[in-house]
Amino acid sequence: MLRERILNFVFAFGLLAVPLIAYVSDAPFVITLATKVAILALAGVGLNIALGLGGLISLGHAAFFGIGGYAMGILASHAQSYTLLTTWPFEIAGTKSMLIIWVVALASSGLAALIIGALSLRTSGAYFIMITLAFGQMLFFFAISWPAYGGEDGLPIYLRNGFPGLNTLDPIQFFTITYVILGLALFLSSRLSKSRFGLALQATRQNPERVEAVGMRPFNIRLTAFLISGMITGLAGALFADLNRFVSPSMFSWQTSGEIMVFVILGGVGRLYGPVAGAALFILLEHWLGGINDYWQFLLGLILLGVVLFARGGLIGTLVGREVAHD
Amino acid sequence: MTDPVLSVRNISKSFGALKASDEVSIGLLPGEIHALIGPNGAGKSTLISQIAGGLRPDSGTVEFLGQDVTTLGTAARARMGLARSFQVSSVVPDFTVLQNVVLAVQGATGHWMGFLRPVMKATGLTEAAINFIDQVGLTGRYTIHAADLAHGERRKLEIAMALALSPKAFLLDEPMAGLGVEGTGEMTKLLDQLRHKAPILLVEHDMDAVFKLADRISVLVYGRVIATGSVDEIRTNSEVQRAYLGEEAVL
Ligand SMILES: Nc1ncnc2c1ncn2[C@@H]1O[C@H](COP(=O)(O)OP(=O)(O)OP(=O)(O)O)[C@@H](O)[C@H]1O
Ligand SMILES: [Mg+2]
Repeated sequence: MLRERILNFVFAFGLLAVPLIAYVSDAPFVITLATKVAILALAGVGLNIALGLGGLISLGHAAFFGIGGYAMGILASHAQSYTLLTTWPFEIAGTKSMLIIWVVALASSGLAALIIGALSLRTSGAYFIMITLAFGQMLFFFAISWPAYGGEDGLPIYLRNGFPGLNTLDPIQFFTITYVILGLALFLSSRLSKSRFGLALQATRQNPERVEAVGMRPFNIRLTAFLISGMITGLAGALFADLNRFVSPSMFSWQTSGEIMVFVILGGVGRLYGPVAGAALFILLEHWLGGINDYWQFLLGLILLGVVLFARGGLIGTLVGREVAHD
Repeated sequence: MTDPVLSVRNISKSFGALKASDEVSIGLLPGEIHALIGPNGAGKSTLISQIAGGLRPDSGTVEFLGQDVTTLGTAARARMGLARSFQVSSVVPDFTVLQNVVLAVQGATGHWMGFLRPVMKATGLTEAAINFIDQVGLTGRYTIHAADLAHGERRKLEIAMALALSPKAFLLDEPMAGLGVEGTGEMTKLLDQLRHKAPILLVEHDMDAVFKLADRISVLVYGRVIATGSVDEIRTNSEVQRAYLGEEAVL
């Protein structure tokens, strides 16, 4: 427990220190990499609530990531072209305000999570995995065939969206935004896991029949977890789109769902900082191995295989031992 | 006459061609232990599931506390105070004893939508849970993981979780199974205390325990209740002898 806390602190500090050093030594590319880690970790923190706490193996979290991304893309594209989103029943204009975009991303991915969750949580096991995957793919093909917002080519946004008092185009300032949001999400996730809801959710993962026999409905508990999980991943999608100043259907692809799951598994399923460790490792591997070898995905596959076979607790589990928090 | 706490009326349930419950009627009166006995596969657990809410009967009704609960879900019945234990102990393995019982205390209130405050620091919940754990004789075992408990202790933990529901009736499916002589004695004593909290519908194969505890006994064979009566009536009932007791040679 104590070792895990120390390790969490190391990761939190490391993710802050690297871009600060990069800032001082004028290496904006490194800051961008760190920003990417923070955002992808955020997506993983979202998935980890469903997967780690709830045992819900969702292969469709790209749906929420993509919805968050398109929430940003659609709002910002209307703002940059000075056109209205809709004129009926009332006029809605685009926006370049991050805060508004985040609220829309949270609300729309939350709504999607409620709908997808309500339908897919009636199944379990392989069926659940397949249905979540199918929803992600549906949105992927919808995005491809929707010409209004770029279709297959995606949608470029020329200027990063604004945040009051900050220059978001400055890499270190944008990094700070993502870092603070990641910190808030981790705080929420930590509190959540120890709350009444967290107790019910973790019990539902292990023994839903028992949970029902003491008066709580597993379906409602899982749906709530799916909702929170989807919203956090959706917010990450909006930030990711802002980082790249570009949204494309690939955000919806099943590879994206798979990658988010890889962060969680690499770092350690159900570990608070698992997604942070996993996303950092993933980006480092992509950067290093990708630089020396075109087949880095193959090597990543080998590493993943090793983790699943020999280090079930992921990076964090291997470093601190199997014991999971119980306070 | 006092009204029954629980009454099952003409319940039938088939699995394909197999009639697991065949027009079963059974009641549970305030203060009593009503034992349900019968050979393996007679349909005892199936009946318990239909009363608890996990299985929907094909026909017939379940009435609990004067209310028809036939279409109510398991969770809603549990919150009304219908507390059960399972034939195969069913607890949350990675939780501690205390967490398991806190889960039940929280479930009884129906309030699981707390997201930020740590539940194990809510003294109201933990104090209530500790009280229930003490009542079943697991004092001092609060922080042991349920998976690490001895079999008999896990049975007691299930009873503690049942107590947390402010039970109006207990449904206990073979609480003595696999306990050994000493464990069975302890469980018998515990059930004798439980009856003062709420009546018990007790499925049990251990005839010594049944005869010691039961006020009434019903005998289920091939999904049908072939007899209901006092201990003496059942002991001397020839049909029961033939169908069940004789075959096991317990008398
Ligand atoms: N879900 C199910 N699907 C099909 N058949 C079932 C199902 N559940 C139970 N049965 C069958 O119904 C019959 C009654 O089973 P049940 O478990 O209720 O018996 P029981 O009296 O509890 O037996 P035991 O003393 O062995 O616990 C058995 O023949 C069993 O195989
Ligand atoms: Mg049985």
